[in-house]
Amino acid sequence: MCSVCGCGEGEVRLEGKPVGEGHAHSHHHHHHGHDHAHDHDHGHDHDHNLGHHYGQGAAGTSVPGMSQSRLVQIEQDILAKNARYANINRQHFEDRGILALNLVSSPGSGKTTLLCRTIEMLDARLPMAVIEGDQQTSADAERIRQTGVRALQINTGKGCHLDGHMVGHAIEDLQPEDGSVMFIENVGNLVCPAAFDLGEYAKVAILSVTEGEDKPIKYPDMFAAAQLVILSKIDLLPHLDFDVDACIAYARQVNPGVKILQVSARTGEGMAAWLAWIEAARAMQVAGNPRLQPSQQDATPSHTA
Amino acid sequence: MHEMSICEAIRQTLEEQAKAQDFARVTVVRLEIGPLAGVEIEALRFGFDVVMRGSLAEKAALEIIETPASAWCMPCARTVAIEQRFEPCPICASHQLQVTSGDEMRIKELEVE
Repeated sequence: MCSVCGCGEGEVRLEGKPVGEGHAHSHHHHHHGHDHAHDHDHGHDHDHNLGHHYGQGAAGTSVPGMSQSRLVQIEQDILAKNARYANINRQHFEDRGILALNLVSSPGSGKTTLLCRTIEMLDARLPMAVIEGDQQTSADAERIRQTGVRALQINTGKGCHLDGHMVGHAIEDLQPEDGSVMFIENVGNLVCPAAFDLGEYAKVAILSVTEGEDKPIKYPDMFAAAQLVILSKIDLLPHLDFDVDACIAYARQVNPGVKILQVSARTGEGMAAWLAWIEAARAMQVAGNPRLQPSQQDATPSHTA
Repeated sequence: MHEMSICEAIRQTLEEQAKAQDFARVTVVRLEIGPLAGVEIEALRFGFDVVMRGSLAEKAALEIIETPASAWCMPCARTVAIEQRFEPCPICASHQLQVTSGDEMRIKELEVE
């Protein structure tokens, strides 16, 4: 990524366009060729950044024979930059009474199916928008758009997670309306997305019962970071050896206060509890927001799809 | 996880700091990494060498200070040492623990010239 705004990160695409396209950057040239582990292109053309800047030492000058070596205290979180972008997003969501939920899971947990079903059931009640994160294809955003809700696809290329910067640009394009629910479907991965704050209100970890019940302790960082765990595909439980109680116990082992809901998007079982959770969280987010009319702050039907 | 992204974030920080604090080369990067940070130290070392190529920190030494992890045990009402997130309290075996440190992932200091 470039050091000014983080743009031009390798192969990240928003709806097929490079991230940051459209703002005036002329400084993208300096990091090509070493963003990723392509060992084949690391020839001997990479010393241009070292330069010969003799006057840039501590003393601001160069004195032959005198070392300019010194210790610089940094004390900065490595992901501080992501945290800055995430905080800008969070402020944007706060100001506009938008409830942003970061949906995280392994691939194939049924996130998109759950999301489509959620949108259908909430449609008349709340305005919504969706950011879809995948390494490649815009298939998921297209699935969401078929529900009638606006969706934007982020392709992370080789990236294994969404970050605060990508989501910031996605918000600019998507312009979710005040008081809406913004679902951010992260890249299917139970590892990396745990560490990258997007500015969301909560991470919702989705774990399907076709996976192992010990996922919460195998991937503790994710389950520790989530505020809500959804056990999905519970309609399949009769056909599986999945131990629900053990799974819940494992989740509480890494996150004693976590809320756990059991849901089937296919049969609709448990969906009411999930929708109630969303509406309660949204009510928290919009309560007293001066930009929103009191009628918009109620979770009563005020929005026509 | 994403050790390569972490190395890229380190590199950006170094480039920003080089401008702000006026240095041209980094010879040592000293990080503090906690056991709960989700960082695989060996993968980080590998990524570091790759990502720093062609930068002001090419060939810089990477020194990692591994910080201890601790949690507040609610039943014991005291701080206890832990090594992983799902471990029980070493005193009372409860899982009612709130992690208080160990997820650090910080650039502590640099040696520069």
